[in-house]
Amino acid sequence: MSVVDHRTAIAGPAKGKPNRLTKNLSSKVAAIPMILTALVVFVGCTIWTIVYSFTSSRLLPKGNFVGLDQYERLWGSSRWLISISNLMWYGVCSLVLTLVIGFTLAALLDRKIRFENTFRSIFLFPFALSFIVTGLVWQWILNPDYGLQGVVRSWGWESFSFDPLYNPDIVIFGILIAGIWQGSGLIMCIMLAGLRGIDEDIWKAARVDGIGTVKTYLVVIIPMMRPVFVTSLVLIAAGIIKLYDLVVAQTSGGPGLSSQVPAMYVYDYMFKAQNLGQGFAASTMMLLSVVIILIPYIYLQFKGTSRG
Amino acid sequence: MTGPRGPKPKRRFSRNNIFIYGTLLLVSIYYLLPLYVMVVTSLKGMPEIRLGNVFSPPVEITFEPWVKAWSQACTGINCDGLSRGFWNSVRILIPSVTLSIAVASVNGYALSNWKFKGSEVFFNILILGAFIPYQIMLYPIVILLRELGLYGGLTGLVMVHTVFGMPILTLLFRNYFSSIPDELFKAARVDGAGFWRIYFKIMMPMALPIFVVAIILQVTGIWNDFLFGVIYTKPDLYPMTVQLNNIVNSVQGVKEYNVNMAATLLTGLVPLVIYFASGKLFVRGIAAGAVKG
Repeated sequence: MSVVDHRTAIAGPAKGKPNRLTKNLSSKVAAIPMILTALVVFVGCTIWTIVYSFTSSRLLPKGNFVGLDQYERLWGSSRWLISISNLMWYGVCSLVLTLVIGFTLAALLDRKIRFENTFRSIFLFPFALSFIVTGLVWQWILNPDYGLQGVVRSWGWESFSFDPLYNPDIVIFGILIAGIWQGSGLIMCIMLAGLRGIDEDIWKAARVDGIGTVKTYLVVIIPMMRPVFVTSLVLIAAGIIKLYDLVVAQTSGGPGLSSQVPAMYVYDYMFKAQNLGQGFAASTMMLLSVVIILIPYIYLQFKGTSRG
Repeated sequence: MTGPRGPKPKRRFSRNNIFIYGTLLLVSIYYLLPLYVMVVTSLKGMPEIRLGNVFSPPVEITFEPWVKAWSQACTGINCDGLSRGFWNSVRILIPSVTLSIAVASVNGYALSNWKFKGSEVFFNILILGAFIPYQIMLYPIVILLRELGLYGGLTGLVMVHTVFGMPILTLLFRNYFSSIPDELFKAARVDGAGFWRIYFKIMMPMALPIFVVAIILQVTGIWNDFLFGVIYTKPDLYPMTVQLNNIVNSVQGVKEYNVNMAATLLTGLVPLVIYFASGKLFVRGIAAGAVKG
């Protein structure tokens, strides 16, 4: 208490009447980069793109508004539809598999095992690598002649066929294998942190009640870890929508258009095809999908804090 | 009641343990395989690759692919190998990491100790901004950089990295500075220290571990960036990841898988070294970024 009194006593007369604007001036100056980033880049640039997605901009952004024309064309384009369907498949599979793998690995590591650190390092190291590196390695492993398919065939199973990167029907699963390799370690880490936060007494109580380990996880632990799951879900989902580099490295969107994704559509129309309007409309759709994911998350977070 | 007393001794090879270690070992293969394949392929000669498969260990170890990847590999524009991309990446990395951490640490400090009216609003916009897909901001930033005369150069890219690193780094520093006891700050104020003096003399030295975490986060993040590099720089300034992709996915010439894998491994080496050297700090960095973001 006395400290506070001192401070006002010293600060008061020394500064005279505090001006509202110059009060805390250094802090405001220090925050200028943040304020500019928030207002100019995050708010300004986003709104700019949304506004220009209603124009007929092609080579250069133009101000003649054409309503929803760009969006109609976008949803009429087969390339965009392929992109969306790919993202859906990739998204659902990646979400489920990453959560299952992440949680299972975390649960196994949490069983008080030896070499826990070694195993954790092994599962997490791909996360340090870029999507480009990831994509290129898996492109090589999935090479039909020298890779996985070739190896199995050389074992005598001549008719074995697994060439996702050259087969339009399953190409997205080839990308999925690489994506999960890169990203599941992160989710394992988050899940492990969540498991470590669970009270030891819960386990004792479960043991006293004679509930088996697996059942305890399914019935008691997982429901308790709801916030961790929600966080993981949002993280994975945000990553899925951004999916780009991995596809560029692994397939460049091919064979044909079969592994196109929305981020690639945006890039190609903005910087290659010089059809800015389409790029703007497509990126606005990407934002929209993030908003749809984020709103329930913010709602849940808010509800969580207000409940105490 | 006779018989053994005390808890039943645990058997080391119970069925449970075999299951746990078995699963973990099996899964480890999936995670380690690509690393193994990269190393093995990069040490083989091309004739050996054509005869065998990706998993077979090299019979005759050769370092030629590494040399070629570093100094001779072609991207279609030039043939001076990955070294160009490496040095570009270094030239991007050092100023980007320094600037983004300097800005974000001061920012986090201002947000936790020197709150002003509206500071929380800006901070919340910043955090929400981290979720906006970059794609929607790409083009307006091109215009902004062009207006500033920075489009296509390294300075522009450094600014882009600073801007997009800000949400997570600011959050990291704000949370750390908030956890430092308030009394310390108040005592410094009583002694008459101002904003910058408290930052440089008290807060910064105390936050050294979090600076290390931030450096790890930024070095791996910026080194691995592809999208910003390809959009905001000219081809002769492309960072290593972009150049790597151009080398491996170039359509001209015969595919030299060993050179490709050597190049891939070279590009991945920097984040890998950081990862294995930093250990727990890396985990702390991603946890701070992930759980609270």
